[in-house]
Amino acid sequence: MSKDEGAEVVLRLDRISKSFGALKANDAVSLALRRGEVVALLGENGAGKTTLMNILFGHYMADEGGVEVFGQPLPPGNPRAALAAGVGMVHQHFTLAGNLTVLENIRLGTERLWARRHPDSRGKVERLSRDFGLAVHPDAKVGRLSVGERQRVEILKALYRDARILILDEPTAVLTPQESDALFATLRKATALGLSVIFISHKLHEVMAIADRCIVLRHGRVVGEVDTHATDKGRLAALMVGGELSLPRAEARAPGPVLMQLDGVTTPDRGAVPGLKRLTLALRAGQITGLAGVSGNGQAALAEVIAGLALPSAGTLTVHGAPVTDWSPRAALAKGVGRIPEDRHHQGSIGDFDLTENAVLEAYRSRFSRRGWMNWRAARAFAQEIIASYDVRCPGPETRIRLLSGGNMQKLILGRAMASGPDIILANQPVRGLDVGAIAYVQSQLIAARDRGAAVLLISEDLDEIMGLSDVIHVISQGRLSPGFARGSMSAADLGLWMAGQKFEGADAA
Amino acid sequence: MRLEAIANPSAARRLGLPALAIAATMLVAMLLALIAGANPLAVLGQIAKGALGSKLAILETLNRATPLIFTGLAVAVAFRARLWNIGAEAQLYAGAIIAVVLGTGALGGPLVLPLSALAAMLAGAALLLGPVLLKTRLGVDEVVTTLLLNFIMLLLVGYLLEGPMKDPMGMGWPKSTPLIPEARLPRIVDGLRLHWGFALAIIAAVAVWVIQTRTTLGFEIRAVGQNPEAARFAGMPVNAVLVKTALLSGGLAALAGWSEVAGLKGHLSSDLSPGFGYTGIIVAMLALLHPLGVVVTAIFVAGIFVGSDAMSRAAGVPTYIADMLMATALLCMVLAILLTRVRVVRG
Repeated sequence: MSKDEGAEVVLRLDRISKSFGALKANDAVSLALRRGEVVALLGENGAGKTTLMNILFGHYMADEGGVEVFGQPLPPGNPRAALAAGVGMVHQHFTLAGNLTVLENIRLGTERLWARRHPDSRGKVERLSRDFGLAVHPDAKVGRLSVGERQRVEILKALYRDARILILDEPTAVLTPQESDALFATLRKATALGLSVIFISHKLHEVMAIADRCIVLRHGRVVGEVDTHATDKGRLAALMVGGELSLPRAEARAPGPVLMQLDGVTTPDRGAVPGLKRLTLALRAGQITGLAGVSGNGQAALAEVIAGLALPSAGTLTVHGAPVTDWSPRAALAKGVGRIPEDRHHQGSIGDFDLTENAVLEAYRSRFSRRGWMNWRAARAFAQEIIASYDVRCPGPETRIRLLSGGNMQKLILGRAMASGPDIILANQPVRGLDVGAIAYVQSQLIAARDRGAAVLLISEDLDEIMGLSDVIHVISQGRLSPGFARGSMSAADLGLWMAGQKFEGADAA
Repeated sequence: MRLEAIANPSAARRLGLPALAIAATMLVAMLLALIAGANPLAVLGQIAKGALGSKLAILETLNRATPLIFTGLAVAVAFRARLWNIGAEAQLYAGAIIAVVLGTGALGGPLVLPLSALAAMLAGAALLLGPVLLKTRLGVDEVVTTLLLNFIMLLLVGYLLEGPMKDPMGMGWPKSTPLIPEARLPRIVDGLRLHWGFALAIIAAVAVWVIQTRTTLGFEIRAVGQNPEAARFAGMPVNAVLVKTALLSGGLAALAGWSEVAGLKGHLSSDLSPGFGYTGIIVAMLALLHPLGVVVTAIFVAGIFVGSDAMSRAAGVPTYIADMLMATALLCMVLAILLTRVRVVRG
């Protein structure tokens, strides 16, 4: 639907600029949000979306420019002022206390220590919950809620504080497709009631589905502002990366022999995160096996087993036909397992090490040293080779890796994992947080590895990615694994039901 | 007021702030002198003169720096791997005990010195082995265990000096039997009061630097210190690296005590170390854990102590001023290091 052009402007960002050192995170960004409107803020990672919202919400101070809410200038650097003016923000990572109830979490911070309780906070929460379709029990402990429910609590928290402007930072990253649909229904109700929403995302189909208007950021600058009904995904993607770009599509292949086999693999639960429950999975040569699922359903445990960080407490792991007993990251590397970890910053790289040191982190003993002495000349040449062949944009191999963008960091990690010619590849969230260009590159490398005959396990929370790349798809839910589904045999909605765990009950009963 | 990270600190920031820290330290020194009722500038001058004013003063400073280089290196090596060895004092005494055990007649001939040095290093390493195994196996905080071992060792030394090691000719003083001449470190130049311990300390610093930058172990130590999770993921044996780091660190600290006994004192007494183990932490921190930097900061710190002694005699200001200067220098330097990485913004 098209919004009334004449509707009141509730939020205006005026030529916001912000630099971090030499990096211009925001360069004269202007934005106007009208009453009852959903504006999507679209852009690759590092485009300046989060910086802009942090300025709006008072976490950062802009170098230049100002913010106006309902016609009143907002004092910079003051989150309380933003809250008081009616701006509510739902962060990507929730800020809830797990040991308190929903109602307590919502009230937290809204009352003075010595004042009497808000007389009818429960009534207000129940009313909001009804009006906006945010079903969640006020007395439930937050720690026991699902991720989707916690997000509802966050939104309720903002609404409870009378937010008229909602900012949602990547709200669907942790949701199943069904939960995302419910969120969109809530947002539609909110805008119908006169609220305005800024929706930060880099998922194009969501932006198309929910936003009225879309503002595209690239390198800190507004490169496009379009009505969503007057554009399509391809044009938005082109705006984001500055060129027409087609995501790689993997064509099906005849699968080869099983290179890695997990039989009845079980790992212990970790608090609320389930371990693996008698999981059986075969990774075949020349095949990309996709593992779909909502985060926190055992993906991490499975990745740890394959990467060599953990041995199953029950069940067997067979690599190249031989069951493994002595299993460690080093053993995994020796058996030809290439690993792209989920967390580039904490597992994949050492921030204060330079690119050379990060490049040889796995092979420093076997390839870049003799009798305990490092061969830095060979190491530097190796780093240069990765930089050149994987298009890592950086000043040189002496650059500290934490100064690189996520995409370039990931390319180095990819190059490191691929250097030894692994025939089993664990790719855990390989493109999370990357820009469209880097995503296409990383994915095409995974396809190329498969075409060379490697067995690839792709773990992702992004169904589009799983469905686009995988030859076989499994769904993981509560540590249980679904049967393998051949490419194209399942719709996103079908997989969503598996992700939500419903199909498993059916399968268990049968 | 909030802190904001600086991605690439400028050269002016990286060099200017430490210089500012030194200036601030001197300002505090003058203030302290003023409170003590002395002429601030004269006090500073006397400290400098006492530390560097004559050949004798310089040699005294270098002698004092020797144990500080060893303990500073021990701390720098361990802290680089984020192994918080606060027990250099205990390891120092372990080395000193070995110097006495092997240097008072148990061994003879030209091999006494190398053998007792080696044994001292093993003793210091063994002393740190317990805490590091408790850390890697059971997750026991090594700060507590290494710190408490300091007091245990000091009590052990007290017992040894009153009992098995007591010097029968010591006229009741709590000191050990003196070392035999073959077990003493000779002077570097005849007639000058500077022993080979100092040269050994310099060699140790260079060796540690080479280990850190050129060997796989050094690479592992730095990786484990910077990001143990990534090191583990990459296949590094994190716990084994921590154990090796501990052995190296403990061995270096033990050499401090060994060289004090074999080079300077010739016997063990319970006042052998006026806190060299703890001062080593300051030395290492001021050097930003760089092994060659440790040599410089150890000499600087030793100079302040030696200079303050001389100043105290001349100006009647208590030598405690040296301790306060050390503390101020450390605080200013820590602040300066922080401020090279972040800036303070209002808001």
